[in-house]
Amino acid sequence: MTRAALLVLTDGRFPAGGHAHSGGAEPAVKAGRIRNADDLAAFCRGRLHTTGLTSAALAAAAAHGLDPLALDEAADARTPSPALRAVARKLGRQLMRAARATWPSAELAALAAARPRGAHQPVVLGLTARSAGLGPEDAAHCVVYETVSGPATAVVRLLSLDPFEATAVLARLAPSSTGSPSRPPPPPASASTRCPQLRRRCSTSPPKRTPPGRSASSPRNHPPGAAPCTSTTATKDRPP
Amino acid sequence: MLESGGPLALRRTRSILAGHARVTVVGAMTAPLGGDRLAVEADIADGARLTVDSAAATVALPGAGPHAGPATYDVRLTVGEGAELRWLPEQLVSAYGSELRMSTRVELAPSARLVLREEQILGRHGETTGTLTTRLTVRRAGRPLLDQQLTYGPGAPGGWDGAAVLGGHRAVGQLLVVDPGFEETCPRSRMLSPTAALTRLAGPAVLVTAVAADARLLRAVLDEALEELEAPEEAGVR
Repeated sequence: MTRAALLVLTDGRFPAGGHAHSGGAEPAVKAGRIRNADDLAAFCRGRLHTTGLTSAALAAAAAHGLDPLALDEAADARTPSPALRAVARKLGRQLMRAARATWPSAELAALAAARPRGAHQPVVLGLTARSAGLGPEDAAHCVVYETVSGPATAVVRLLSLDPFEATAVLARLAPSSTGSPSRPPPPPASASTRCPQLRRRCSTSPPKRTPPGRSASSPRNHPPGAAPCTSTTATKDRPP
Repeated sequence: MLESGGPLALRRTRSILAGHARVTVVGAMTAPLGGDRLAVEADIADGARLTVDSAAATVALPGAGPHAGPATYDVRLTVGEGAELRWLPEQLVSAYGSELRMSTRVELAPSARLVLREEQILGRHGETTGTLTTRLTVRRAGRPLLDQQLTYGPGAPGGWDGAAVLGGHRAVGQLLVVDPGFEETCPRSRMLSPTAALTRLAGPAVLVTAVAADARLLRAVLDEALEELEAPEEAGVR
């Protein structure tokens, strides 16, 4: 049953609209940075290890039950481009509509109420996976696949690239997408080890659902202004 | 209060900005080498204004012997209420064979102002790059404002030199300006050149991200951006 849910969620026909997004491939084609299947493979590999890893970690954390509003804030800090933040929220809102119709849950309703204009898509996807009875690793795989399937589909259209070749690129990326011995698998385990922010939340949060609301991360107290001057220290510690 | 040790010597230098203290980091010996662990901490008290720069570029070099391991370089900056920090070091050059993990963490009070520049050069002239991981984490009023990480060079995950990441460029830079005044009027997001963009963050801050063929071209883009950002009437304020 859960495996079927994963297929429904990952299917390009799932009415969430995310599959229409090229993930930056369109401008890259226009600028001549993607001209053939090899360029597409390099582009996808670059996305996998940057935006793919970050998004997968966010989705896995949401599927794990961490506070989606804190994750949404973490996603903002990891998305410097306002255009991309707007797209991520628009896609998140579209996915939320489809998700609430497909796998309704109190957690989805709470996030929709707290972010009426949309939360970041990977966070919504993680929570959707959770509502569908899927685990963090399923959510991560789903995001990782979307990270590369969007550009591949777009490049087929933009370059009239042979769809067989584009699909072969995706298949050859599978070892990077699912992890290899030299590169441990993506979330939940490795995303949290490579993402101290998430690891800290993982280690301090109970594995059960965190109620929606502000994150538990404590605002750091600044040292009182007692020190009359500015201090700068530089140290070096060379191990023996 | 200045306290320094090892290869990093701190010198109080004359500031060209009125009301600003200035500290220059001087390299007293070759570092970081593989296996070194370097750290710089700066605590800018409420209301203080400080510029920190460096006398020369930092070159990450391989360590002694094959088992030296990676070097680490951790920067921790805290900026208090009404304080300003201008963190403008020279470039970090990742020499062939080196491996460095650099992290910069900044904690800003709500009314703090920050100008932070970082530039990474992949290899000395005509040389292939070492392995470099850099992470920049900025929190403002205890909330995340910016969190970025980039890894490149031999052994880095694939695709770092492809069209989705560096696209063959050898100089990468970021200029971050956090200014409480941006809550009111903030420079608009735009392309500064075909390989440089100014983007508004989800807070009173803008980030200039640029890639270039070499250090000189990169600095020119970041200098021009900083000049514009500090002369708001010309910065296309909306």
